Amino acid sequence: MQSKKGQKRFGREKLQRIIEMCTAIENRTVDPFLLDVDNIIKVIREYFPQWEEADELNLDSEAIHHLASVIKLQSEWVKHCSTSLYTDPFLLEEKITQASKEEMLILFLKAWHPLVELEKLSMNSLAVAMRYWDGLVPIKERWPDLDVQEVVVGTTSRDELVKQRVLGDKVFSEELEGYWRELKEKVEEKRRDGKILYWDFVGADTYEDTVERAFLTSFLITYGYATLEIHPLEEEIFIKPFEKPNTEILMQQSISIPIAVTHENWQKWKRGELN
Amino acid sequence: MRRKTKGVYASKMKRATHMLFYRRHQKPGVKGWELHKALGVDYPKVLGILNDYLKSLDLQVKSVFEEKKTPAKQPSIEELDRARFYITLRGDLTPKETKMIGWRIDDLAGLAVTIAHIINKKGQAPRKDVEKLLGEKLPGWKVGLNLDRYIRYGYIQQDDNCQLYLDWRTHAEVNEKALIELLLRSETQTTLPFENKNEENNEAEEQEGD
Repeated sequence: MQSKKGQKRFGREKLQRIIEMCTAIENRTVDPFLLDVDNIIKVIREYFPQWEEADELNLDSEAIHHLASVIKLQSEWVKHCSTSLYTDPFLLEEKITQASKEEMLILFLKAWHPLVELEKLSMNSLAVAMRYWDGLVPIKERWPDLDVQEVVVGTTSRDELVKQRVLGDKVFSEELEGYWRELKEKVEEKRRDGKILYWDFVGADTYEDTVERAFLTSFLITYGYATLEIHPLEEEIFIKPFEKPNTEILMQQSISIPIAVTHENWQKWKRGELN
Repeated sequence: MRRKTKGVYASKMKRATHMLFYRRHQKPGVKGWELHKALGVDYPKVLGILNDYLKSLDLQVKSVFEEKKTPAKQPSIEELDRARFYITLRGDLTPKETKMIGWRIDDLAGLAVTIAHIINKKGQAPRKDVEKLLGEKLPGWKVGLNLDRYIRYGYIQQDDNCQLYLDWRTHAEVNEKALIELLLRSETQTTLPFENKNEENNEAEEQEGD
């Protein structure tokens, strides 16, 4: 009794394996001709008399069903090979490598029908082109010359460049240090924990001067002369000067903090509404 | 009435000839919808008449359908509108004639091998494999130049991964099925049957001299 049970279990496992193999073939992952159909039928027939339960008979019919699908795939492949559409890739590869240049040329010429195409002027296209040329406005009228006065090349001085506001009247580092001293003085005047409100420092009588001061302030912070203290809840920004320039800041990864120095904000500051 | 109809078709045939023979775009050939617009809905009939007329000149009107799939039955007007039409040679050229149209035997044989190899690899082949194949019979410096030339002419195209595919000109000019069948039926032959030894030698000398 025990051996019959064991045999049945073994048979079920075999059927499961057959079904898995057939499914793989149906999914085109395995060559259908790898399956020995005669052998599979022999296995199914061998175990069939032992099946009594419905699920065992189901398993048996499932195996037969999948086997039929594989046989169908094998038949399709044979049919395809027998049609003129099929070419044996190995045979073709062999023919390509074996063929001489001349033979290849003769074969190709039988299958090659080159295109016929012409590029030629016609009287009509010439006439159209002439009409276009007649109607074309001269290039001098289309692109009039720019009225540029010729000037003699000369030299300029630093003072002149400062006058024309091309250069500042101080070396930038000197200007920055003077500005840093001004910041420290203002902070001392305010006596507010060594810091000053951003707008109180950058704000000036004119908007242009305010922008210039904001520009210089950004360099004070970048080069380690001062730092920003931001109170997000109160929406307050303070500038805190360092006693000595902090050169370590230059070695660290810096972050950018955008502060809008708009005309509107400047006017608000002037009216005392900003702080 | 009959004369009028005849006159209408004659004028449409002329128009079709102008459109098909003279290059209008970067690529030769005309799209079906362009012919539809210029010749009217009966343009397939006009092309049929033109095709018959061209037979005596050994030329033909060739249509290449979208996705390179020739419809099994009579193509619909929508399918024809999407197809591209060309004028091609109806018969075949002799090897001597190929020289007149600017092809050397070596280059054309290389093209044949390239096309056949790509077809054999189901329409896609790595460039290095094709180079290796051509390199067996062509000098190394010429292999890359030839492949670039085939690409420039539109016979093959290459993607970013250096894979080669057949391009529009092969589909328009080469009867791919016939080429494969001819290759499979071929027997190895080493000499040109139509040229004597002297002519062959002369040609080789000419090519070396170029």
